[in-house]
Amino acid sequence: MLREMTLGQYYKADSPLHRLDPRVKLAGTLLFVITLFFPRSVLGLIVATLFLGSVIVMSRVPFSMVIRGVKPLFIIICFSAIVNLLCTPGTVLFEAGPVRITQEGIWISFYLVVRLVYLVMGSSIMTFTTTPNQLTDGLEKSLGFLQRLHIPIHELSMMISIALRFIPILTQELDKIMKAQMSRGADLESGNIFQRARKLLPVLVPLFISAIRRASDLALAMDARCYSGGEGRTKLKPLIYRRNDFIAYGILLLYVVIMIVCGFWIA
Amino acid sequence: MIGGDCYGGLLFCRLIYSKINMKIIETLNLIFKYKTYTENQEAPEEKTVLDDVSISIKKGDFVGILGHNGSGKSTLARQLTALLQPSGGTVFIKNMDSSRPENIIPIRRTAGMVFQNPDNQIIGNLVEEDVAFGPENLGVPTEQIWTRIAEALEATGMTAYREKSPGSLSGGQKQKVAIAGILAMEPECIVFDEPTAMLDPRGRKEVLDAIRHLNRDKGITVIYITHHIEEVEHADYIYVMNEGQVAMEGRPEQLWEQADAIRALGISLPFDKELLFLLRQGGMDIPAEIQDGRALEEFLLQSGPGNIEQDNS
Repeated sequence: MLREMTLGQYYKADSPLHRLDPRVKLAGTLLFVITLFFPRSVLGLIVATLFLGSVIVMSRVPFSMVIRGVKPLFIIICFSAIVNLLCTPGTVLFEAGPVRITQEGIWISFYLVVRLVYLVMGSSIMTFTTTPNQLTDGLEKSLGFLQRLHIPIHELSMMISIALRFIPILTQELDKIMKAQMSRGADLESGNIFQRARKLLPVLVPLFISAIRRASDLALAMDARCYSGGEGRTKLKPLIYRRNDFIAYGILLLYVVIMIVCGFWIA
Repeated sequence: MIGGDCYGGLLFCRLIYSKINMKIIETLNLIFKYKTYTENQEAPEEKTVLDDVSISIKKGDFVGILGHNGSGKSTLARQLTALLQPSGGTVFIKNMDSSRPENIIPIRRTAGMVFQNPDNQIIGNLVEEDVAFGPENLGVPTEQIWTRIAEALEATGMTAYREKSPGSLSGGQKQKVAIAGILAMEPECIVFDEPTAMLDPRGRKEVLDAIRHLNRDKGITVIYITHHIEEVEHADYIYVMNEGQVAMEGRPEQLWEQADAIRALGISLPFDKELLFLLRQGGMDIPAEIQDGRALEEFLLQSGPGNIEQDNS
């Protein structure tokens, strides 16, 4: 059950999008999400759809996988759509008892659904095409200016990448501890939520102890390999902008300008 | 000022001394203590883990450090790689005093360390990224890191796994990746702290073979800490630790002669030596020149079943 859990959903493929610098993809995702929330206009929506569609095609990630990312949010999306549908005042189209549906309500919930779905799809395209390590590297480099303000960006990104590395190890360990406790007659699955939380205690305590021990071992191993923070450190795979990255920035800029025109001028 | 001069003079003497002796690591009366606080105790209790340890390790040697659990052997390993600093006495690694802060990074560059648990010493998400971790920390230029990775993986026979995730490897392979990670820092000496303790027999053999190869063909000084005597049977020199002290030392053949003393320290001899010892102890008359399993086998076959007196009581 736990083994199947994977964090980060990198989809291995060779596409122009996979090869882009993670910083471009981070900026792209951020800008895409911001433009989604520009004023509502049909034209803007069409442009965003075209943009997202061509990015998905270019990424070579199967469309079904991109859609799968939306599934966990299905309930939230439905709920907010229904609330918007029922609670927006305006020209009444349909009325039955307490239920009143307005033209504005339909539009607002339509936009909402599309925006949320696009938001999830857009950001999952980034995680599909970027390994967690590239992502932390990209974050480290693009937020590097914060280091000058004494915000330990290098240390934070190191922590994230180590955490990512230890997630599979710790899930395996959790699995092992759960099985060990179950083989001694621990019943982890029955009872209400509070009872079950209490029963998890004999699983969590050993897990934490082992995690702390691992952390202390790892710290020693890092010391033994001369780790002394980000200063003076070189990189195996340094991030360098290539021609394609500049082209991508250009396309991104063009897209944002078009979205601004569609959203603010025409509306 | 005078102290500084004295120190400089001392260093100079040591430099000449060690050039003659080709010593890479030397400890002089090394003492290590730490304080523990128990629950119902106000004052800390002082524990002495290493008590007056003096060892010296020749460049290019394969040196075994044997000892049962709690004998201080892992602490000694950490002293030799400047992961711990002495409470008394000195540790010299290539003439660098480990108690001086400015020496710590150079010492760790010279003496790498491989730990027991393979999972807890792999930092990278890919084999190549993990091997690169050391050189990255040392500020090695990117192109050189790639050549170092290639060399280190080649030396440990892990080239085929370069782009694999460490999670998908066996214990022995992970341990070889850890060794490659140290090798990429180009150390002169590697301290192995029970590297095979968590491996199955196959992984154990793989790792040991890789370590022997490094020692023999790459000229890397190996300090191998273990409680399995078989693993250091072919070492150049062996130290046996007990209660934080060096209880015995010598070349392996010299140690086998003192079988009684080794066994008294809670360490069993290699299987054939143990058998020889027990047979002799049991009263069998075996000539003194017979030292290993093969010779014993021949002797027993030659003498034939009739020639051996059996005590059936």
